[in-house]
Amino acid sequence: MSLLEVKDLRVDLPVEAGMLHAVRGIDFSVDRGEMLCLVGESGCGKSMTSLALMGLLPRRARLTAGRLDFDGTDLTAASERQRSHLRGRRIAMIFQEPMTALNPAYTLGNQLCEAYLRHKLGNRRAARARAIHLLERVGISAAAERLNQYPHQLSGGLRQRVMIAMALMCEPDLIIADEPTTALDVTIQAQILRLLRELQQEFGTAVIFITHDLGVVARIADRVAVMYAGEVIEAAPTAALYANPSHPYTRGLLSCIPAPGKTPPGSRLQAIPGVVPSLVGHVEGCAFRNRCPQAQMTCEQTPPMQALPDDHRARCHFADRLAPAVPQAEMSS
Amino acid sequence: MSALSRIVSPAASPSPPSAPPEATNRQPPALELCGLSKHFTLGGGLFKRGRTLGAVNEVSLRIPRGQVMGLVGESGCGKSTLAKMLLGLTTPTDGDVLVDGKPLRGADQKALARHIQPIFQDPYSSLNPRKRIEQIVGLPLAIHGLGSPRERSTRVADMLDLVGLPKRAAQQTPGQLSGGQRQRVAIARALIMRPGIVICDEPTSALDVSVQAQILNLLLDLKREFGLTYLFISHDLAVVEHLVDRLAVMYLGRIVEEGTREQIFGNPRHPYTQALLASALTPEPGLGVPDIGLNDAMPDPSNPPPGCPFHPRCPKAEATCLETRPRLEDVGTPGSRVACHFA
Repeated sequence: MSLLEVKDLRVDLPVEAGMLHAVRGIDFSVDRGEMLCLVGESGCGKSMTSLALMGLLPRRARLTAGRLDFDGTDLTAASERQRSHLRGRRIAMIFQEPMTALNPAYTLGNQLCEAYLRHKLGNRRAARARAIHLLERVGISAAAERLNQYPHQLSGGLRQRVMIAMALMCEPDLIIADEPTTALDVTIQAQILRLLRELQQEFGTAVIFITHDLGVVARIADRVAVMYAGEVIEAAPTAALYANPSHPYTRGLLSCIPAPGKTPPGSRLQAIPGVVPSLVGHVEGCAFRNRCPQAQMTCEQTPPMQALPDDHRARCHFADRLAPAVPQAEMSS
Repeated sequence: MSALSRIVSPAASPSPPSAPPEATNRQPPALELCGLSKHFTLGGGLFKRGRTLGAVNEVSLRIPRGQVMGLVGESGCGKSTLAKMLLGLTTPTDGDVLVDGKPLRGADQKALARHIQPIFQDPYSSLNPRKRIEQIVGLPLAIHGLGSPRERSTRVADMLDLVGLPKRAAQQTPGQLSGGQRQRVAIARALIMRPGIVICDEPTSALDVSVQAQILNLLLDLKREFGLTYLFISHDLAVVEHLVDRLAVMYLGRIVEEGTREQIFGNPRHPYTQALLASALTPEPGLGVPDIGLNDAMPDPSNPPPGCPFHPRCPKAEATCLETRPRLEDVGTPGSRVACHFA
């Protein structure tokens, strides 16, 4: 059974102009110890999805879901008390901006130990020992002294390491990491991603990794779900997605990054024309059709999620026709 | 046909090939930095001497006209301080900036603004939210007292058209535009004075990838159209490789390697450049995250290590690196400089 099972998750936000459908019925699941990447551009609903899972949506937001099960607990029916028991203890979060996610007025030790003590996993001494152990594990030297330091005394990379250590304090089953390396330098990003992947495999933690960077996704994900305009438009195991991107949006995203050695320097890049549609009010048909090079009349109707070979799904009327034919041998197996 | 499609037509002249170093000797480079340094004093008081932070140390660079010079390096390495000095937003402690061979020292900021203009990273904070786009883009013209209000308005309209903004955008405020459109406004504002040099400080890092491609295409088109010279500061190596003719790599306030795109990407010689290139994550599944082999010791610009500034993180450091700072010197091919004892 999957650790997390999400079916038809919807998040609506009342805004001045009407109702903003930030997340429009998404399905996905995460297995234990698996790294799922949610990838998409700003406004696609990826962060709203993570906040919904954490129970941290803005108060005015309305969440509905066909199913939202975390290890047998129905999160939609859970009381605030139950949710807060899960939060930090079994589901932890790593935010993008370690400077704003850490409280500048408290020491690192204080913040690292908070959830551990709150969930009564041990006394102060045990919390401190675990904090030191984890800081060392994430590659921070002089860990014991660091506990008395404040966030501003650390570099961005170190702060993000502290955030990772903090997320691991209570040995959660699931970590939701929302763009955790976007604010970092590339060398630091590579080091942090390597560390996160290593720890994830060591502790068997499931991770939902939210990013806009298809380069990062390729290197760390077990499975990928591509989001566009509040929907998952394509989902597949990582290798399958990159080998056969089956939604025109995914193909567009992949082709607009300059590929060293393939894109001639200084040449025109393929851009996806237009902008993301407004999600205020009722959205009808394929949300991508106005930017899609293959759009046809059919696309005025909402496309179903089509199942393709290799556990691959795409929400496009033409997904199966564009995908390569399946070899006979695979069909029969 | 819009002005934009006009300039992207094949009839537009291709970018001039990278000028060999000999050719640039005759004509002064569009922008030249000679031993540029900026030091800040930290702490200290009436009777106490503060510590000195060398944000930028003895940076020398030549950017030939019509070329794109990339500048990469991690946050805090001095890239933005360097950009600020070029824009006249902060005065250098030492060294000179030459535009077309003429020193900028003493030139007032208004004169400077005619030659060098910036495009900043965040189009959300670099545009005044209460002004209409027309006012934002036209402000430089108004400040310099160029043209009548009507002429200004025509020039603004032409410029908005050139950067691919619809006519109605002129009457809108930044809040009504998307991120990509705002960056187009920032580009229009930078180019309205027809500067020769544009400092692009991470111009696409706040944008979505699909929009990033549009903006990069626009920057390349405008460069060809106006023969612009860019200093392109970025952390995205794929973008840098796509866009630049030459590249300078900065570490702790110093250039540690400089060369043509082919030299740097084909044969990086400084261990830091090598690590930077290794940490670029291309969308190739199955490769995993590379171990870039750097030590974790993060540099403190106010207390730089003795010897080579990179030695605490360098996998190749030896005794000599702890004592002597390697000079940035020509090695092998002309025009390629590197500061490493073992390059």
